[in-house]
Amino acid sequence: MSFDLEKIRGDFPILSTQMNGKPLVFLDSAASSQKPKSVIDTIRKYYEAENANIHRGVYYLSQKATEKYEMTRIKTSRFIGAACAKVVIFTRNTTESINLVAQSWGRTNIHEGDEIVLTELEHHSNLVPWQMLAQEKQAVLKFIPLNQDSTLDLTNLDEIITERVKLVALAQMSNVTGTIHDLSAIIRRAREVGAKVLIDGAQGICHLPTNVQKEDFDFYAFSAHKMLGPTGVGILYAKEEILDTMPPWMGGGDMISKVWKDKSTYADLPARLEAGTPNISGVIGFGAALEYLESVGMQEIRNHELELLQYALDRLEDFGGLELYGTNDLSKRGGVISFNFPGVHPHDVGSILDEEGIAIRVGHHCAQPFMDFKGIAGTCRASFYLYNTKEDVDSLLVGLKKVKEIFGRVLKR
Amino acid sequence: MSLSDSLYQEVLLDHYQNPRHHGKMEHFHLHQEGVNPLCGDEVELFLKLNGDIISEISFVGKGCSISQASASMLTDCLYGKTIAEAKSLLQEFKGMLLEDKVPNFSEEYEDLESMEAVKKIPARIKCATLAWNTLEKAIGK
Repeated sequence: MSFDLEKIRGDFPILSTQMNGKPLVFLDSAASSQKPKSVIDTIRKYYEAENANIHRGVYYLSQKATEKYEMTRIKTSRFIGAACAKVVIFTRNTTESINLVAQSWGRTNIHEGDEIVLTELEHHSNLVPWQMLAQEKQAVLKFIPLNQDSTLDLTNLDEIITERVKLVALAQMSNVTGTIHDLSAIIRRAREVGAKVLIDGAQGICHLPTNVQKEDFDFYAFSAHKMLGPTGVGILYAKEEILDTMPPWMGGGDMISKVWKDKSTYADLPARLEAGTPNISGVIGFGAALEYLESVGMQEIRNHELELLQYALDRLEDFGGLELYGTNDLSKRGGVISFNFPGVHPHDVGSILDEEGIAIRVGHHCAQPFMDFKGIAGTCRASFYLYNTKEDVDSLLVGLKKVKEIFGRVLKR
Repeated sequence: MSLSDSLYQEVLLDHYQNPRHHGKMEHFHLHQEGVNPLCGDEVELFLKLNGDIISEISFVGKGCSISQASASMLTDCLYGKTIAEAKSLLQEFKGMLLEDKVPNFSEEYEDLESMEAVKKIPARIKCATLAWNTLEKAIGK
């Protein structure tokens, strides 16, 4: 099937709306993607005609809702190449998925003096939970350093990932620079020392064909809302033998097997790790998002983004005076561009672009260690997805010209 | 005039580029740090008092043009004023941005009027008020 950009754009109602009186140019999909009509309609249909709680009712509606909810679990397991559906745990977001691992697996398996390895490019969601765990357990955090082009410096990998390391946790793709990490070398080293590997797939799964078994991830965390699905749905995948050993981290309904006044026994997977009524409509809507992505094809999406990325990088380079972050090796980069006007704060750029109808993200992108590494307060970030066009990039350049006009006086250089 | 044109006027950019009373102070009576954690804007205020009068004031900080220009304007306005005058100006400034009140600044404070355009960009109001919230904490202590 060919990549039909016009048809794709037509599937996303918000893309034909206006912002501040100008046609919307949405370049912030790395924060949260837009949603196609099929996802919106699926959620509406659930509330209009199928709404009921799941796993409890013996009546038709509850059975139907349960079936649809569990169908998304099956679709998710297929989408990521998992061995079966019960290794897919639904949470609220990537952050909760990572916290689940920290609180359940981490508190059981990380002890005083053990080491956890992260990178200097992590999102706060894959940093703060490990800081909290390390403080509680007196464990040690270590960081794989960065090269100047924001790729990982793996030259001392053997010294960083030692026998004391119990977990290596890193992003598949950076939300700031779009860097796609070379996971295979890291995973190979982790295996040598018996460490587990957690991949934060929040930015990866939406852009890159991914297979958790082939790539040998122990844990894989991601969110529905960055991949055309609704907010409030996160996913944790883990190998079955690991999940089997993980104790519950939240107690309540659905996660139990039998309850007495003073104790309980717990349900089998995946229910044991999903306490309480979940985001049913969200999960069902996520099922529609997965179908949409599959109908377009993840490799097609990747190819389209690469084309946009090359075009945008060329134009931004030609624009002159901008500081661009990230590698120029596009095989190691997704559709994310972080840049700065030296002398102009990213928030000022964001406000001026907003007035032109252009939505980009500005600030530290919840990755403050990277900002410290670069010695900057933040960046302007334009991020692409399957519905973006070269015209969007052209609009961005027009907006940046306006920034240059307004701030011309204070620009350094 | 477009929104960003009316916001990013000469006066704001001038304060951003040439901040008044900029720098740390050695011996001070009041000191307060302020930060907007979500955007990372920072302002640090130093005040020296002579009785009730702000005899010296300075700031350091980092962040967007609005947060830093606002801090510069604040120090410019309050130099040599009393704490009571500072409190009154603080109320008027925050009233303009947070309660949609029409400001009635005297001529010596007219630079502050350039900040009124921030009202139309709600996301940036916290940038404009950072230095003033910091002042509030400093003199409230």
